[in-house]
Amino acid sequence: MATSNRRRRRPGSGIHLSAYLAHHLQSLIFSLGKIYQAPATTLMTVAVIGITLSLPGGFYLFLKNIEAMSGDLRSSSQISLFLDLGVDENRARSLDEQIAAMPDVESTRFISREVSLQEFRQDSGFGKSIDTLSSNPLPHTIVVEPQLEIDRFRVRNLLGELQALPEVDIAKLDTEWLERLYTILEIAQRGVAIITALFAIAVLLVIGNTIRLDIQNRYQEIIVTKLIGATDAFIRRPFLYGGVWYGLFGGLLSWLIVELGYLAISGPLQRLNLLYQSEHQLITFSLHDFFILLTSSTLLGLAGSWIAVARHLKQIEPS
Amino acid sequence: MIEFHNVTKRYEGGYDALKNVTLTLGDGEMAFLTGHSGAGKSTMLKLIALIEKPTRGQALLNRINLNTLPRHRVPYIRRNIGIIFQDHQLLFDRPVFDNVAMPLLIQGYPRHEIARRTRAALDKVGLLHKEKSMPITLSGGEQQRVGIARAVVHKPMLLLADEPTGNLDPVLSREIMQIFVDFNQVGVTVLVASHDLSLIDELQKPRMTLNRGELILNDLDTGPREILHGYE
Repeated sequence: MATSNRRRRRPGSGIHLSAYLAHHLQSLIFSLGKIYQAPATTLMTVAVIGITLSLPGGFYLFLKNIEAMSGDLRSSSQISLFLDLGVDENRARSLDEQIAAMPDVESTRFISREVSLQEFRQDSGFGKSIDTLSSNPLPHTIVVEPQLEIDRFRVRNLLGELQALPEVDIAKLDTEWLERLYTILEIAQRGVAIITALFAIAVLLVIGNTIRLDIQNRYQEIIVTKLIGATDAFIRRPFLYGGVWYGLFGGLLSWLIVELGYLAISGPLQRLNLLYQSEHQLITFSLHDFFILLTSSTLLGLAGSWIAVARHLKQIEPS
Repeated sequence: MIEFHNVTKRYEGGYDALKNVTLTLGDGEMAFLTGHSGAGKSTMLKLIALIEKPTRGQALLNRINLNTLPRHRVPYIRRNIGIIFQDHQLLFDRPVFDNVAMPLLIQGYPRHEIARRTRAALDKVGLLHKEKSMPITLSGGEQQRVGIARAVVHKPMLLLADEPTGNLDPVLSREIMQIFVDFNQVGVTVLVASHDLSLIDELQKPRMTLNRGELILNDLDTGPREILHGYE
């Protein structure tokens, strides 16, 4: 009458696996039921997780939009070539055609010295004083529009190439502010990464603490189930699934918060967009982002509950 | 079934709850464990139920050494034991049926089997009509019977009861004890800790008496074994 024999004889091994899966399903639903039974505490935990996750989520979306917008702005980056004063107009025009044929160049616009002077006279209000000059101080100018799809490094290369032309005195890229924006964006991206990491830890702690309280509330149940022969894994399971639900619902809520917040600021954002003549459409979470958000919040829930369960469940033993 | 060889249990602070206890309870036997409170009855049941470990000596259950049993095997050993507590330890957040079904759920029985066995156990203690009730709505005696149904639902080889009639009136106590006798008659080994001496005398089952941790009387060694055999 050995214990092991009896154990093997009862629930047959074939039944065992399906029963095992059935218990997983049962714990999953049971833990959902527990959540349903205590809606107030659950809602508070889910709200904390949702709000916490919505901050990095919102920042992420904000950055994504700024990046997309700045991408549009890059297309308006132009290179102005101021030619040597000694270059005559014929020479300058043929150079213009030559540059227009370059692969990275979308189009060029030639502005002769005379036209420049005329424009300057009209726009600057210094007309009279310019008339006193003995010669035209302005050079021929070629405005180069780089191909839309080339990135900023190729724009930089193009700038270097054009600067190297013997006829060119000064080549100027009008995008230094864009460079600064990119740098700021990079800083912001790292900032978001740090915030995300910190908030992830916060979520981990919140879920861990909730599960810890949950374990304390069900102290008696744990004792009893241990006494009637429940394994640690069996006892652990509903708590782990509880964490999974918290994470999942928290993730869903954070998505909802970000989308609503986005809706709230979309009006002014659209106007800003128009002001910058950007054709860029406002970006919300893609399906991919949504999936990543829910997966990571769920995993955070699982990890948080795992930590709590590992720390507190072993301490509960019948006495 | 149960073998104790010179078992001593010393708690922190040097208090000896059991002193050098040697006893044997064979398969299918039933015995009462008596003694004043603090005599070591509960400690003895705790050692068998793997809640405590002996400080010295050897405790065997089914020839398995409980002293050296690794932690992860404890649940599987406990599945062979049905434990009945004085305060019955029911879970008040779920109905009677779910309380009784717990051991089967833990051991992974299929759903239809759980329903069948749970109802059979409830029927045996006369509470089948209460399966949907919440434990809080039951009387003390009914709660204790639910506790018994939970302890026997998975057909354990050994039934341990710690003062199962402690809070009940004499009539109910007799009913509860009769349930244990019935289980013993179908082959379950039963060990009941109780100080209800008059009731024990009535049932004519062997007695083991503890006094301050020492076994001072053991019917199973010296007493009329024919009483026992009469029930086998």
